[in-house]
Amino acid sequence: MKIGVLVKQVPDTETKIRIAPGGTDIVRDGIKMIMNPYDELAVEQALLVKEKLGGDSTVTVLSLGPASTGETIRTALAMGADRGVHLKDDGFADQDGLATARALAAALRTEAFDLLFTGKMAIDDNASVVPTAVAEFLDLPHVNLVQSFDLAAGAKTATVRRRIDGGEEIIECALPALFSCEKGLNEPRYASLTGIMKAKKKAIEEKDAAALGLAANQIGVAGSGTRRTRLLPLSERGKCKFIEGETTEAVRQLVQLLRSEAKVV
Amino acid sequence: MAKNILVVGERKGGALRKTALEALGAGRALAAKLGVEAHAALVGHQVADAAGELATHGATAVHVIDDAAYGTFASETYAAAIVQLVRDGDFGVVLFADTSFGKDLAPAVAARLDAALATDVIELAAGTEGALTVVHPIYTGKVNAEFVLQGKPVQVVSLRPNIFPVAAGNGQAGRLEAHAVAVAKPPRAVVREVVTAETSRAELSEADIVVSGGRSLKSAENFAILEQLADVLGAAVGASRAAVDAGYQPHSRQVGQTGRVVNPSLYIACGISGAIQHLVGMRTSKVIVAVNKDPNAPIFQNADYGIVGDLFEVVPAMTQEFGKLLGKN
Repeated sequence: MKIGVLVKQVPDTETKIRIAPGGTDIVRDGIKMIMNPYDELAVEQALLVKEKLGGDSTVTVLSLGPASTGETIRTALAMGADRGVHLKDDGFADQDGLATARALAAALRTEAFDLLFTGKMAIDDNASVVPTAVAEFLDLPHVNLVQSFDLAAGAKTATVRRRIDGGEEIIECALPALFSCEKGLNEPRYASLTGIMKAKKKAIEEKDAAALGLAANQIGVAGSGTRRTRLLPLSERGKCKFIEGETTEAVRQLVQLLRSEAKVV
Repeated sequence: MAKNILVVGERKGGALRKTALEALGAGRALAAKLGVEAHAALVGHQVADAAGELATHGATAVHVIDDAAYGTFASETYAAAIVQLVRDGDFGVVLFADTSFGKDLAPAVAARLDAALATDVIELAAGTEGALTVVHPIYTGKVNAEFVLQGKPVQVVSLRPNIFPVAAGNGQAGRLEAHAVAVAKPPRAVVREVVTAETSRAELSEADIVVSGGRSLKSAENFAILEQLADVLGAAVGASRAAVDAGYQPHSRQVGQTGRVVNPSLYIACGISGAIQHLVGMRTSKVIVAVNKDPNAPIFQNADYGIVGDLFEVVPAMTQEFGKLLGKN
């Protein structure tokens, strides 16, 4: 089985985010870059499927991003993926999710993947666009927010649990298909020292827009339906009103304030 | 000629979801600014009541696809149906609520239409020449980003729940238009079973009041005191990541960076320290109340009201007092 995983390199979740002077980007100095945590779930799931099937199944990791993205692909290889594809082109800068999905689909289209995994969302843009859009551009079925995954014997379908508001759906999906991964699906492994050593010898192929057959009006800002204009700080809350005194009295005051002042009860 | 707006409605358990009326409200406000009409769409089976509700809340027309073939949600069939409605009506803007339904359909519809797409939006405005401007929180809510939608004949936007006011009922009914869109191919992803969480509680992302607990609750059993407070308030129950990791609450109740984002009118944080990873999940709450033993807990810097005290005393006292106020004792 040929399994593909889409990953993205993003700033670390612990990062303190500050708006840079000019207001159009964040301060980039000193930011640690990591694999998008939801994409770690995707790499792990691909490896679990490969390990279960044995044989000559392969896991290919694809990522679109600048030069530093290579490190994240290398991390996936260290976890156990077999080869990497790095979509790299200055022309991709500032493009939106649909443009990125178009580029990823172009790369995926050249190879017949049986199964695709990716994280539900990237923690930098929080858009949740790429997974569904890639599936649509490839005319593949997809299931988002997958919290459990079971490949049927014969590997023609998979049964998954998808999180919905207030519950879950159990879905049977014909393959080939794309699945976006939600927390709880699995516990991603750490790359072992052996894995890291082996990863150095694994191939990462680079492809630019031309190699993907993308025209100038399909990439970058020109290829995007949305353009980010500026960053805005969050509105600050006023000072906290501490209610002192003995418990029953303090709570009585609080409840009164919530009704009369805040008007939320 | 300026094109009309289509708001895609959603039902849950047969009834129209509140989020659909929020989207309709936003659609109507936008339509007024652009000088166009706000229509609604509803796909499903036996949807007459819900369609009627959209009609009496200000949709000029409600485009209805009511067929057993759409009885169960499937992304492929619903996306195709909605795309057909957009093309037939030549709509310029398509609005969804950013629920799990909208998270699935907005990108699917936008990809099929080669539309401009902005998701999880907290502000929506008409910019120059009808191009929309939106604000969307990024870096897991640590900063807001403004975007302009440009260069495509259709603009698709999904709106974060609980931010936009619900459309007001207006007595006059918009017209109902029945459409037939045959399912071209059977869906390849089929829902076999729907498992609803066993609770009559409000759903976390839609709840007007959320009562939330941290690891200081010390056990799953102790969360019962929060459940009792939530019962009195008609609230949903949330938890910090620490409480979920410790096994006191399921992940479905986790509020924060790697959990749910909530936007209630009132958020009561009990024994939650207030780390940034939790804050980004609830900081847009209208009013935040914090209860914590530690006067220096960061949560107090992001709360409107605070009580420094033992939650095991304070929470039951709140249950009593709210009970009195709301006549529930």
